[in-house]
Amino acid sequence: MKIVACIKRVPTTEAQVKVSADQKGLDTAGLSWMTSFYDELAVEEAIRSKEKHGGDVTVLTLGPSEASKDVREFLARGADAGVILKDDQWHARDARATAKILCARIQKAGAELVFLGKLATDRDNGAVGPMIATMLGWACVTDVVALELNGTQGSAKRETEQGIETVAFALPAVITCQKGLNEPRRANLKGIMAVKAKAIPEESFEDVPNQQQVQKVEPPPARKAGRIVGEGAAAVQALVDALRNEAGVI
Amino acid sequence: MSNILVFVEQFSGKVSRASLECVGAARAAGGNVCAVLAGAGADGAAADLGRFGAAKAIVLGGGEASSDALAADVAAIAKEEGAKAFLCAATSAGRDLAPRVAALLDSTLFSDCTALSAQGDAFTAVRPWLAGKAIATLTSSAPVFCATTRPNVFAASESSGTCAVVARAASAGGKAKVTGIEAKSGGKLDVKEAPVVVSGGRGMKGPEHFALIEELAAAFGNAATGASRAVVDAGWRPHSEQVGQTGKTVAPQLYVAVGISGAIQHLAGMRTSKVIVAINKDAEAPIFKVADYGIVGDAFEVVPALAKAVRELKAKG
Ligand SMILES: Cc1cc2nc3c(=O)[nH]c(=O)nc-3n(C[C@H](O)[C@H](O)[C@H](O)COP(=O)(O)OP(=O)(O)OC[C@H]3O[C@@H](n4cnc5c(N)ncnc54)[C@H](O)[C@@H]3O)c2cc1C
Ligand SMILES: Nc1ncnc2c1ncn2[C@@H]1O[C@H](COP(=O)(O)O)[C@@H](O)[C@H]1O
Repeated sequence: MKIVACIKRVPTTEAQVKVSADQKGLDTAGLSWMTSFYDELAVEEAIRSKEKHGGDVTVLTLGPSEASKDVREFLARGADAGVILKDDQWHARDARATAKILCARIQKAGAELVFLGKLATDRDNGAVGPMIATMLGWACVTDVVALELNGTQGSAKRETEQGIETVAFALPAVITCQKGLNEPRRANLKGIMAVKAKAIPEESFEDVPNQQQVQKVEPPPARKAGRIVGEGAAAVQALVDALRNEAGVI
Repeated sequence: MSNILVFVEQFSGKVSRASLECVGAARAAGGNVCAVLAGAGADGAAADLGRFGAAKAIVLGGGEASSDALAADVAAIAKEEGAKAFLCAATSAGRDLAPRVAALLDSTLFSDCTALSAQGDAFTAVRPWLAGKAIATLTSSAPVFCATTRPNVFAASESSGTCAVVARAASAGGKAKVTGIEAKSGGKLDVKEAPVVVSGGRGMKGPEHFALIEELAAAFGNAATGASRAVVDAGWRPHSEQVGQTGKTVAPQLYVAVGISGAIQHLAGMRTSKVIVAINKDAEAPIFKVADYGIVGDAFEVVPALAKAVRELKAKG
């Protein structure tokens, strides 16, 4: 079975981001980068699926050459191949354009099972996975916390506000991964050495224009300065009074 | 006035608050709202929508529990109604449905918007990036403007109008079908939708002490319990409660952080709450930088006292 895991390079979660001077994007100079948190789960689940059911795993990213570092890490963990669709504007693409570009490469790979993160922790769209599935006419389960495959049939559990849903589907399918699905492994030394010098192929792709135009990017509004109402249990009455009379929330 | 299609969630005939807010957002953007509803009880819920400003409601009957089948129906209705926009609330159902509908309409998606406006058919969305570390104002050249609205941000609109209810057969043939749900115990409120969230962090020292957090939440009555990632990773709390950049983004009326230091990833998930209260024994904890009100002290002493005071206040009315 051909399995694809899609990963996106995003600013680290610790990063204090700055808005660019033209207020049309983020100032990427000096930012540190990582693979989006949920995409680690996506690659892990792809590797586990391969280990259980056979096949091979391709790690796919639309992003800059520097993403080779991320891809290499996943090869060291057990993925079989990596592809970079080279794009220095990857972070500025809207969800539809990203999905369309990835979709074309997924079809070319002949994949039957695609794993993605439930959302990329930069634009927080949470859209690319179900969009790809819809474009391909495949089944899709989002926010998956447990997955079982049996031949071409699958069963997934997904997290909702109401509880855990069980969803039955047939391959080909797109799965978006939620925290709790698995604990990503670390690469061992042997794996790291094996991929150290490996070149990750960079490919071009057919461009898809954005439908989303950025008018303005701003830092979040500063919260107005708060105050310490006091210390210990003695301060409780002052807090309750402030919440009722000033803030009007109780 | 442009036609806006809104997918409205309902549970046993009761429309969800997040969906009413979404209808409110559509109305505030000048839309003529057509609602789509599905599932058992949808008829009753639809009849009530006139009160909230929907002009028309289409009830999908006899469908199967499948997001892709539902998306196909919703996209078909959007085309038939000549909708210029499609909206739903950014709940798990909405976040699952909206990208599929958008893809079928060959449109991109504006997720989890915190403000919407329109000039004629030209829509503008405001939405957080990086879990709120930046706020983007975006316009769309998509054939249909598709967006989800963040719960607790938009006001539901009251109206005296009536709503024309139209029945429509749902299509079958879903590729993925819900076969069951393990409902949450005791109908607990979700952190994303609750008007008050009480969260505990590593300062609670152990899972057994979250009874104090539960007690404070119960005192407020309309509160959900939340958690920092540290305590979720430690297995003290379920990850459905995690607030933050890799958890849930919440914007309640009141957020109470107990024994939470206020790491940047946590702040990203709750900094747009209307009022923030922090209880922490370390006066230097970064959480106090975003808190409106703080108490420096031991959670084990402050939380029970606060629960008692809130209970007494609520009892007085
Ligand atoms: C990729 C990534 C993603 C992340 N995503 C998230 C996320 O989504 N959400 C999130 O929360 N974190 C996230 N984190 C983790 C984050 O960096 C912090 O580690 C975490 O938020 C700390 O949790 P905490 O505040 O409970 O614990 P700590 O930082 O250990 O803070 C405990 C606090 O409790 C106080 N305290 C101790 N005892 C008492 C007492 N008796 N009474 C009162 N106060 C007391 C202490 O003064 C301290 O401030 C992420 C990290 C990474 C690397
Ligand atoms: N540029 C990209 N390259 C590869 N995968 C991506 C890219 N953007 C998004 N994805 C995948 O789609 C998921 C959801 O992203 P989003 O819809 O943007 O939140 C991510 O977790 C990735 O798995």
